Amino acid sequence: MKARWHRLLMVVLSLTAVGLGLSGCGKRPSQGRTLRIVGSTSVFPFAELLAEAYRDVRPDIVVDVQAGGSTVGVVSAKDGICDIGTSSRELRPEEKEGLTRIEIARDGIAVIVHPGNTIDELTSDQVRDIYAGKITHWRQVGGADADIAMVTREEGSGTRGAFEEIVMGKTRISPRALVQDSNGSIREAVATSPNAIGYVSVALVNAKVKALAVDGEAPTEEHLESGAYKVMRPFLFLVKGAPEGETQKFIDFVLSADGQKVLKAEGLLSPSKQ
Amino acid sequence: MNLTRDRVVSPILFAIASFSITALFVIGVFIFVEGLPVMLRVGVWKFIGSSEWLPLEGKFGILAMIVGSITVAVGTLVVAVPLGVGCAVYLSEFASKRAVAIIKPSIELLFAIPSVVYGFIGVLFIVPFMREHFGGDGHGFNIVTASFVLGIMVLPVIVGISVDALQAVPKVYRDGSLALGATQWQTTTMVTLKAARSGILAGVILGMANAIGETMAVIMVVGNAVVMPNSPLDSVRTLTGNIALEMGYATGDHRQALFATGVVLLVMIMMLNTLTRYVTRKRVARQ
Repeated sequence: MKARWHRLLMVVLSLTAVGLGLSGCGKRPSQGRTLRIVGSTSVFPFAELLAEAYRDVRPDIVVDVQAGGSTVGVVSAKDGICDIGTSSRELRPEEKEGLTRIEIARDGIAVIVHPGNTIDELTSDQVRDIYAGKITHWRQVGGADADIAMVTREEGSGTRGAFEEIVMGKTRISPRALVQDSNGSIREAVATSPNAIGYVSVALVNAKVKALAVDGEAPTEEHLESGAYKVMRPFLFLVKGAPEGETQKFIDFVLSADGQKVLKAEGLLSPSKQ
Repeated sequence: MNLTRDRVVSPILFAIASFSITALFVIGVFIFVEGLPVMLRVGVWKFIGSSEWLPLEGKFGILAMIVGSITVAVGTLVVAVPLGVGCAVYLSEFASKRAVAIIKPSIELLFAIPSVVYGFIGVLFIVPFMREHFGGDGHGFNIVTASFVLGIMVLPVIVGISVDALQAVPKVYRDGSLALGATQWQTTTMVTLKAARSGILAGVILGMANAIGETMAVIMVVGNAVVMPNSPLDSVRTLTGNIALEMGYATGDHRQALFATGVVLLVMIMMLNTLTRYVTRKRVARQ
């Protein structure tokens, strides 16, 4: 009886040791620094790609990227919990203090509908009135005989924040709007509902949904780059105080031709020239 | 030797048993400490009595979500109670041993399916079905859809507890009834079900508590609009859904308001659990 217990204990211990050994090696270089990036879920996938690309340039630096939302990014940067906070919306006036704002890219927000929808274009006023609940029927904007199902993101989301700032202005999104908690689930909801309207990052538009022209301009790369398509938001890096040392070097990499190539390949636009 | 071992084992087991209570206690304290301040600042009645939820403008009213949680839970029971109790009666009173051997494990297996899978199936099949055949404000994302999905999810709880309650009814009750010339159906409805009433009720209440606590599947199919529902075809947001949807992004008062949502949820679940205990205790007392 006793011998069996001992053997079991040995097995457990050795398994634990192997597990620790496996997780320990390979991932982290023995010396070097970790750069912590925290914030927007929209920026997250791109920041991960940048971190991966940076590994080729600086193998001694570990870039650790976490998603928590734009507001979390702003607060974490301010509190110094991370080296770089990220945001997928413009900063609110009260958030600006003490932070250095670095625009790393711009992203269009596409207004999407079901591919079977006859509407190809809306004005930004119409989009606003639809989300405010003033326009409730597709016929009111020249479409089919059906009620509009508006799909929005949850409160606090950077994509919602940017959409509210650019399209809604002072008007509120109607509480009747259906709420989904990611770009992907909004796209899925719109792709499966013939009467739905939603908004997602342009990079995520695919064949299952149709992106509408807003104010006469389709969200094509050309219109986005020229600024003709107005529903655009910045992707921001936020640093407490002024960036220095390794943080500055990483930011330099992101803004360099190599870093921008990574973002462009994923459908993002270069930052606005300031 | 054995005595010493007892002396060692008993406190260790006590520590293990205390661990779960400690966890419950710590969770409770944590949620209250985080959630109560904002609740008191807003005013408890305003917090649970208003349905204006604009967290970024400092307006925290969760009435619409309390109503949302309750309507979805009640809808779940409408689906799950006839199915669950019917199934339990069949398994306990009518089914052959072979049928029980197949049906009971299958129902228990429902419990092992992750809730995100239920949600996914709901989005793929039930939501489009509801939208095409019933329409309504929620465009398929509505209370009825959520009730169907949850109804299937809580089935194992209701069936399991109801079967136990039915089988706890002494065989002499049934024998006596049958001996008086009652049919098996009459015996079941008039004797067995009556005797097992409180046990079945406990299962139903536990199922309801499960429905109120379920999150992932509900978020996916209920639409999450923060409005007072006017019809079963409206979209609602549940308390759990509110926390899960917004926690990732919330800071400051908004975050605290989500903890306060958790406080309300905890109180509701505790009330239901107390009710279950009360109902089952009465049964024991009667026997």
